Amino acid sequence: MPQTIEQELHRQEFFAGLDQEYLALIAGCARNAAFGDGEFLFREGQPAETFYLVREGAVALEITAPGRVFTVQTVGAGELAGFSWLIGPQRWQFDGRAVGRVHAVELAGACLRAKCDADPRLGYDLMRRFADLAARRLQATRLQLLDVYGHAHAG
Amino acid sequence: MNAGPLASAGAGAAAPGVLRRDDLDRLLDAIRRRGFRLVGPVVRDGAICYDDISSAADLPAGWTDEQDAATYRLRRRDDQALFGYNVGPQSWKKYLFPAVSRLGVPGTADSAGAAEPERFAFIGVRACELRAIAIQDRVFTGGRHADPEYAANREYAFLVAVNCGQAASTCFCVSMSAGPRAEAGFDLALTELLDSADHPGGHRFLVEAGTPRGAEVLAEAGASPAPAGDVAAADAVTERTAAAMERSMPAIDLRDLLYDNLEHPRWDDVASRCLACGNCTMVCPTCFCFSVEETTDLTGAGGAGDERQRSWDSCFTLDHSYLHGGPVRTSTRSRYRQWMTHKLATWQDQFGTSGCVGCGRCIAWCPVGIDITEEVGAIAADD
Amino acid sequence: MRTLAEAAAGRPWTESPAWRVTANRPESHDTVTLELEPPEPFGFEPGQFNMLRVPGIGEVPISISGDPTRPGPVLHTIRDVGAVTHALCTLRPGQTAGVRGPYGTSWPVRAAEGGDVVIVAGGIGLPPLRPAIYHVLAHPGSYGRLVLLYGARTPADLLFTGELAAWRARPGVTVEVTVDTAGRDWDGKVGVVPDLVAPNLNGKAAFDPGAAVAFAVGPEIMMRFAVRALLAAGVAEDRVFLSMERDMQCAAALCGHCQLGPFLLCRDGPVLGYRPLARWMSVREL
Repeated sequence: MPQTIEQELHRQEFFAGLDQEYLALIAGCARNAAFGDGEFLFREGQPAETFYLVREGAVALEITAPGRVFTVQTVGAGELAGFSWLIGPQRWQFDGRAVGRVHAVELAGACLRAKCDADPRLGYDLMRRFADLAARRLQATRLQLLDVYGHAHAG
Repeated sequence: MNAGPLASAGAGAAAPGVLRRDDLDRLLDAIRRRGFRLVGPVVRDGAICYDDISSAADLPAGWTDEQDAATYRLRRRDDQALFGYNVGPQSWKKYLFPAVSRLGVPGTADSAGAAEPERFAFIGVRACELRAIAIQDRVFTGGRHADPEYAANREYAFLVAVNCGQAASTCFCVSMSAGPRAEAGFDLALTELLDSADHPGGHRFLVEAGTPRGAEVLAEAGASPAPAGDVAAADAVTERTAAAMERSMPAIDLRDLLYDNLEHPRWDDVASRCLACGNCTMVCPTCFCFSVEETTDLTGAGGAGDERQRSWDSCFTLDHSYLHGGPVRTSTRSRYRQWMTHKLATWQDQFGTSGCVGCGRCIAWCPVGIDITEEVGAIAADD
Repeated sequence: MRTLAEAAAGRPWTESPAWRVTANRPESHDTVTLELEPPEPFGFEPGQFNMLRVPGIGEVPISISGDPTRPGPVLHTIRDVGAVTHALCTLRPGQTAGVRGPYGTSWPVRAAEGGDVVIVAGGIGLPPLRPAIYHVLAHPGSYGRLVLLYGARTPADLLFTGELAAWRARPGVTVEVTVDTAGRDWDGKVGVVPDLVAPNLNGKAAFDPGAAVAFAVGPEIMMRFAVRALLAAGVAEDRVFLSMERDMQCAAALCGHCQLGPFLLCRDGPVLGYRPLARWMSVREL
């Protein structure tokens, strides 16, 4: 059953507890987007004008070096891809590639920033949510870096 | 009536001569007497290949080639034209830049055992091939470090060009501004004139000299001054060939087109067909990549026992882009893209010319018939 | 316009005269500096490389890592990662290696005069930058600060540690070192090299970006992030230079292997400006 964007945002854990009027404001900067398997949602180095709330499927965050492609993380249903639009730097740091068919809500960064500037309470609320997300990602990255399953490094 | 290039050649150009077909051996003998090794087209293994020749009798008289995407067949003509075909799977790089060779300067200790450099005479060089030789001249001798082997092979090479009397369906030299008329870079240029009701006079060749030594050879072969009718007939031959060309590269800036479309979906499409077999790079007259390998001779016969050889390489191999334990260009998609963008676009930045002469060999010899003009067209259609 | 004969005369590109090893100095568990004595006077610009050959095994490009103004043995810092580099790393004084060069473009040290020089090095990226560091140190009046930002995987992978300390002690020089991971015996920074560019929370650079020139070498991912950090800190796009790497066989712009888009790295590189390089760096499998 098709839902409005606002209803979709209401369902998302990321926005849990946000005032209804703010959900409506955010919905004004949002639209549905769909991607086929292997399609890029965003590319490293491109201006980060959007971020994505994944509804179905998964987005792989990839980075490449000659001869190699690394997946640093996957963002699944209910999770968010992209905080460069808010926290900066305002360019994508990684490639985002659809794993399987992906349905997502695409949110426009400039639109949302303008609304946050106009209403600092909304801005503060969103900033806290994104800070929390970034902190969780950081902890995960630290754990990944430890290479806990690997052999001991030299030194 | 417009006068063709030959007919309207300025007073300073050496006047073209005419040589009967049966007297062609006088020309070849005059060249051989000057110490050249004659190499030219012969029928072998169902194709027209380049090999040593001793006389006009070795040439593919009465043969033509039918070419199309993934197709090459020899067919009998209903006349005895000596050059009534286009180009086969080989090119003159077979001699100028051999597929496998010892590294070093011929005739020096660095390539022990090598004799004096060959003095080749290439008989039957097409306009597209003249351009390809000029392109490889730039690559191998036009930079800061010249390649001694290519330079030595090329230095004295005597080039007898032939103006094409027909276009294979795979030819697109006109759109690459590389033919069908031989304009420069030859010692002699022949245009074959067959006896016909329109131009009676026997099977003969209009011969232009492009260099003083070419003019000497022409005189020694006893060519008579060409009558105006033959000059006009020769111009008509190349005009007819140009008009008959079926394929063409789109008349756009290929460099900008490909630079702007490195992620075009067409690359995925061609990658689904390409076998990465590398045939195109083997038959292409301008492809120049080579790999260097150490070869050790346990007998120590090669001087200090430390030798190297170089051999033709292809950007379609995984090894070609090897770096830090693996290839950079892992996918067929990336390797096809490399070949095509190099040939048509990045070559221009690297060497100041296009890398393509429109000979069409890559189209005929691709086992799945990938057509470089069609691929460019598909990308250009979206642009 | 040279004749072909002229072009072919002089030293053929393949010739690789034997240079004698005068010293083999370990720098870390997998890296040594080989000092090789040229049989005739040899000069190079910072950033250039030689082709080092071990007959019967192979030939590889190695950046020259010493002081361009010092006569005598030429320094090459080599990491043991394959058959050829292993053979080079195990050469003893008195043995020889085939050497030809120098090849390639160099760090634009003259164009950098007048501003701060920021050297961003990751891992084995430091050796090709060291000649530029020596040059800047030898001409203090011509430059602002010298800022070296250097990182490696672990403390044991750090190179030239004695020199790092000596440079840090000089006026007008900043040296910041970091590692990706470390144990208890390391009391230095742990983190990534790009973060050294603007380490303060206010995002300001550790140098004056205004007239700064930056030279960066390291794994490609590190270079991409470092460039982003440099640009974000205010370094002009046309004042950032990188040293790029691809397979190299002839080093003479003949064999076609070292292509990176329109660039032949042995001739148009390895040092390239970020501006012409930028659009090619982000293309996968180029």
